[in-house]
Amino acid sequence: MFNIFSETANKISRDGFWDNNVVFSQNLALCPLLAVTGTATNGLGMGLASLVVLTSSNGVVSLCRHLIPAEVRIPIFVLLIATLVTLVDMSMNAWMHEMHKVLGLFIPLIVTNCAILGRAESFASRQPFHHSLWDGFMMGIGFTFVLVVLGASREIISSGALFANADLLLGEAFSFMELTLFSNYQGFLLTALPPGGFIMLGFIIAAKRVIDRRLAEKAEQQAIQAEPVVEV
Amino acid sequence: MSRLAALKENPVYQSFLLAAFALLASGLLGLADLSTRDLIQLRLEEDLRASLAEVIPDQLYDNNLLEDAIIVDTEKDELGKNETLVYLARKEGKVEAVSFRLAAPGGYSGDINLIMGIDKEGNVLGVRVISHAETPGLGDKIEVNKSNWILNFEGHSLQNLTIEQWAVKKDGGVFDQFSGATITPRAIVRSVYQGLQFFKRRRSELLAS
Repeated sequence: MFNIFSETANKISRDGFWDNNVVFSQNLALCPLLAVTGTATNGLGMGLASLVVLTSSNGVVSLCRHLIPAEVRIPIFVLLIATLVTLVDMSMNAWMHEMHKVLGLFIPLIVTNCAILGRAESFASRQPFHHSLWDGFMMGIGFTFVLVVLGASREIISSGALFANADLLLGEAFSFMELTLFSNYQGFLLTALPPGGFIMLGFIIAAKRVIDRRLAEKAEQQAIQAEPVVEV
Repeated sequence: MSRLAALKENPVYQSFLLAAFALLASGLLGLADLSTRDLIQLRLEEDLRASLAEVIPDQLYDNNLLEDAIIVDTEKDELGKNETLVYLARKEGKVEAVSFRLAAPGGYSGDINLIMGIDKEGNVLGVRVISHAETPGLGDKIEVNKSNWILNFEGHSLQNLTIEQWAVKKDGGVFDQFSGATITPRAIVRSVYQGLQFFKRRRSELLAS
């Protein structure tokens, strides 16, 4: 049985969320990332939809991995992913129509999210079912995290608000999430436009590198301190 | 396992496997389509009803707008489509107002899809944007939940404004443009004007149907 507190699971979680994050480290999935992150709400919706597809595609691919010969694996993976995305699209349109109106344009874009094919190819086709599911889930969480951070920073700078229209996505109960941070804000359009997306993404990736370096330095210092000091 | 490994090398197995996956995928999609089609149709009708209600006041009709519509050939009417579905709002059988969708070409990026309602005298009852791809923060003030601009059309007609006045202020008309975005409002004003022209040309035909 798969234990989510085990060493392997821990490694998968860390990889998915931070060390090997889809965007930060693999630099994949930039097309859907930059297209939807005008607001934090859109980022969250896109992230959750990608998470569902990523987890299920990893699961399905892993289940079929012994059957699939290397020669035809790519068309089969593409077929599976496209089917899953279409299923998500249809069911969202039927049962979460308000959310579909906001995100509908972007759902088909998930097919073009190379991170999904990437995980199927590099992880799920080689690893057992539970590990693959967990990897898909954590990669999805990592992707959602980046989408929300990027969406939030662009939204705050461009319009001075946060999580606008969250009630459309998550239902009336979540309208408390909608914040207006600066009431008399004139707006800074650049960050809402595609070039602003690239610029903000650059800042965020740079920040991630800085944090990584600080962490590495800290770990090094601790290692030095831990060594016994030999007096001469 | 070794038999499976040998089988996996076989091109016949490979093509059958691919075919099997394709069959499975199409079967699944077919099932999903069957179980969601009616619901999606229902949701789309609700959406349409909601946008119709925005451009035609409730008190003007007592019929079911979605079922009372005619297809009009609009190839020469510059509504953006060759055929337009015109919804007829009737009260006690008489047509009181009409509503139809039209596409405004000449937006900043792509067509702007509009729906408008016109009463039987030819006055604009309302205009709403259904979908557009204009610049967020500049051109999107045409949406009613971002700005009141689109409400300015209400009550205007070909009678109470001249051709020259059916334009944005920059071009000598009566409608505001947005600072930094003239193209988007200009496209909509022109399109609403074309809609009124279409109604004027077909008025007797539409009111009699």
